[in-house]
Amino acid sequence: MFEILEKKSLNPTVTLMKINAPRVAKKAEPGQFIILRTDSEGERIPLTIADFDRNAGTVTIIFQIVGGTTEKLNHLNEGDCLHDFVGPLGKATETEGLKKVAVVGGGVGCAIAYPVAKKLHELGVEVHSIVGFRNKDLVILEDEFRAASSKFVLMSDDGSAGEKGLVTDALKKLIESGEKYDRVITIGPLIMMKFVCRLTKEYEIPTVASMNPIMIDGTGMCGGCRLTVGGETKFACVDGPEFDGHLIDFDQAMARGAMYKDFERKAHDDACNLFKEVK
Amino acid sequence: MPNMSLKRNEMPVQAPDVRNKNFLEVALGYTEEQAIDEAKRCLNCKNKPCVTGCPVQIDIPSFIACVAEGDFAGAYNVITKSSSLPAVCGRVCPQENQCESKCIRGKKGEAVAIGRLERFVADWHNAQPDAKVEKPASNGHKAAIIGSGPSGLACAGDLAKKGYDVTIFEALHLAGGVLSYGIPEFRLPKTIVQKEIEGLKALGVKVETNTVVGKTISIDELMQEEGFETVFIGSGAGLPRFMNIPGENLNGVYSANEFLTRINLMKAYKEGSATPIKAGSKAVIVGGGNVAMDAARCAKRLGAEVYIVYRRTENELPARAEEVEHAKEEGIIFKFLTNPTEITSTENGWVKSVICQEMELSEPDASGRAKPVPKEGAFIEIEADTVIMSIGTSPNPLIKSTTAGLDTQKWGGIIADEDGLTSKEGVYAGGDAVTGAATVILAMGAGKKAAAAMDEYMQNK
Repeated sequence: MFEILEKKSLNPTVTLMKINAPRVAKKAEPGQFIILRTDSEGERIPLTIADFDRNAGTVTIIFQIVGGTTEKLNHLNEGDCLHDFVGPLGKATETEGLKKVAVVGGGVGCAIAYPVAKKLHELGVEVHSIVGFRNKDLVILEDEFRAASSKFVLMSDDGSAGEKGLVTDALKKLIESGEKYDRVITIGPLIMMKFVCRLTKEYEIPTVASMNPIMIDGTGMCGGCRLTVGGETKFACVDGPEFDGHLIDFDQAMARGAMYKDFERKAHDDACNLFKEVK
Repeated sequence: MPNMSLKRNEMPVQAPDVRNKNFLEVALGYTEEQAIDEAKRCLNCKNKPCVTGCPVQIDIPSFIACVAEGDFAGAYNVITKSSSLPAVCGRVCPQENQCESKCIRGKKGEAVAIGRLERFVADWHNAQPDAKVEKPASNGHKAAIIGSGPSGLACAGDLAKKGYDVTIFEALHLAGGVLSYGIPEFRLPKTIVQKEIEGLKALGVKVETNTVVGKTISIDELMQEEGFETVFIGSGAGLPRFMNIPGENLNGVYSANEFLTRINLMKAYKEGSATPIKAGSKAVIVGGGNVAMDAARCAKRLGAEVYIVYRRTENELPARAEEVEHAKEEGIIFKFLTNPTEITSTENGWVKSVICQEMELSEPDASGRAKPVPKEGAFIEIEADTVIMSIGTSPNPLIKSTTAGLDTQKWGGIIADEDGLTSKEGVYAGGDAVTGAATVILAMGAGKKAAAAMDEYMQNK
């Protein structure tokens, strides 16, 4: 079984869990993801790997509570077990030949951006991290990012943490000030990644975006996670989850991401009500 | 005296307008009386033509003779000498193209209902109290099976009976492969599949779910680090194909694999399921195989008005005759000689309609089937909010790309000889991963053949 060894609330809607999963930990690389189910009737949800420890046999996940399944997940505690935990799935972040990289994360996407920044830093790559949150209460992994970056810029929508503004503002400023990146890696809300990619296209900086679409099996069998990249249909689970950000059809990805929005909202409310009743 | 009725015993079924609203099994199975009566139609031909039509050469006249005498246990023993999954194959085999197509009684009248009798025997057996299974004495050799679909289950069963220490690795959270995620409950109840798997576990077979070979662990690691002497790859058909027409990534377009997996594996059809599904009010299914029929009949049960769009005519439909018949009875509307060219969109990025080119048949193509060609300028538009693409699969590259020395065909299928041996020593393969999408019985046959070869290999090592 996949025991929850550690649980930590990073902010009111984002939780970190360290899971006992030795086989996954042995193979995990930054950029890859896992699929989990909370219980025998549960839905399969993909979550990107936030960290791993091969010796301890643990994999860390960080998730935002958005739907019924993440609500249920958040109600599990240390010592509880996940019903299913499979991975590592997808391709790892490509790091070869990189010298100077800007890592741009937004919201809970920072949980996935962080292991990428950390790995690049360990490989001796110069890392500039730009992370954005709605406000200071939602900031996560600040110390971790600082430790892995030679430059760290914190942005918030309301100016309550770091500078006021969008990550694209900060990225543009750095590029304009003469920083030369051989790659930008962006992970966060689709709308943010769309605008990061639009900006870097202007400056012709190769950019990779990490996609997190709806998925079932995670091994290529269902095709639910497909997206259009450079006019071709790709499966995020086996061809990705990272793609050339300048070629991704973000508008289509956003439409597909909203396919079960009504269902998700209801599932989330139902789960909340259920837990309220239990209390 | 044989029963010389030209007609076979009808299969009791749920009424079409009842069953198209539930997911319970359509065919209810013969009673003992019906089975015995049907069995008596068999002439027990000396040269047994039916056996030549069976991919795993079940001694059909012998098991039917047992049924005719009411010796159902004897019949079961005959079948299981050759087949590992009789309750499954009795339900999903295309018997009309196999054993029953060779039956002498079919020359004048209807063939003996061999499939229905096989199902009867297997169900009778499953209804008896579980006999205590003797776990075979271990011979100390370890074999790994990748995938728990029909080929993997058959291979695992045969090896376990010979005393091998067998572990099945399954990528999903539940074993059964296509029997669990693909074929719907109303055609193959999942309790039957799980019973088969429990039977294997009783023989000592271990099943490790949530393990994606090629990701979680590689074949080389299984052999070098975990001590498996042989590996059987039964990883199945793979990635769904799409038509590459405009609108295919709109909301409301599913691959049949995704649609069926949501329903069968994730139970999205049940009230309160954690997994969502949208069958819509009008669904168009593209394709004419068994998977297309399954998807269509599921969509119908979820309340949609359902169209099957197929580019050839009814005569060329690759699906089992019974599935086509059942689909029609349930109110599925067939649009033959039509081929989608575009899926149009609503303002919000959902499916609005499917535009189809009308087709006509010309000379047979390489497959021997009449080739459909477009009828110049003739198009129809079918309004829909759901489209399900059921036009086949292409092999999953995961295992090939992570296994050095494993050769594949140009189209991606694993190359294996008659016995299932691949280009890599000790590694065998069978089922859809080798042949491309085929049938449960062919996959099961390949698993059994490979098990025999793996046994020989490990004994002579």
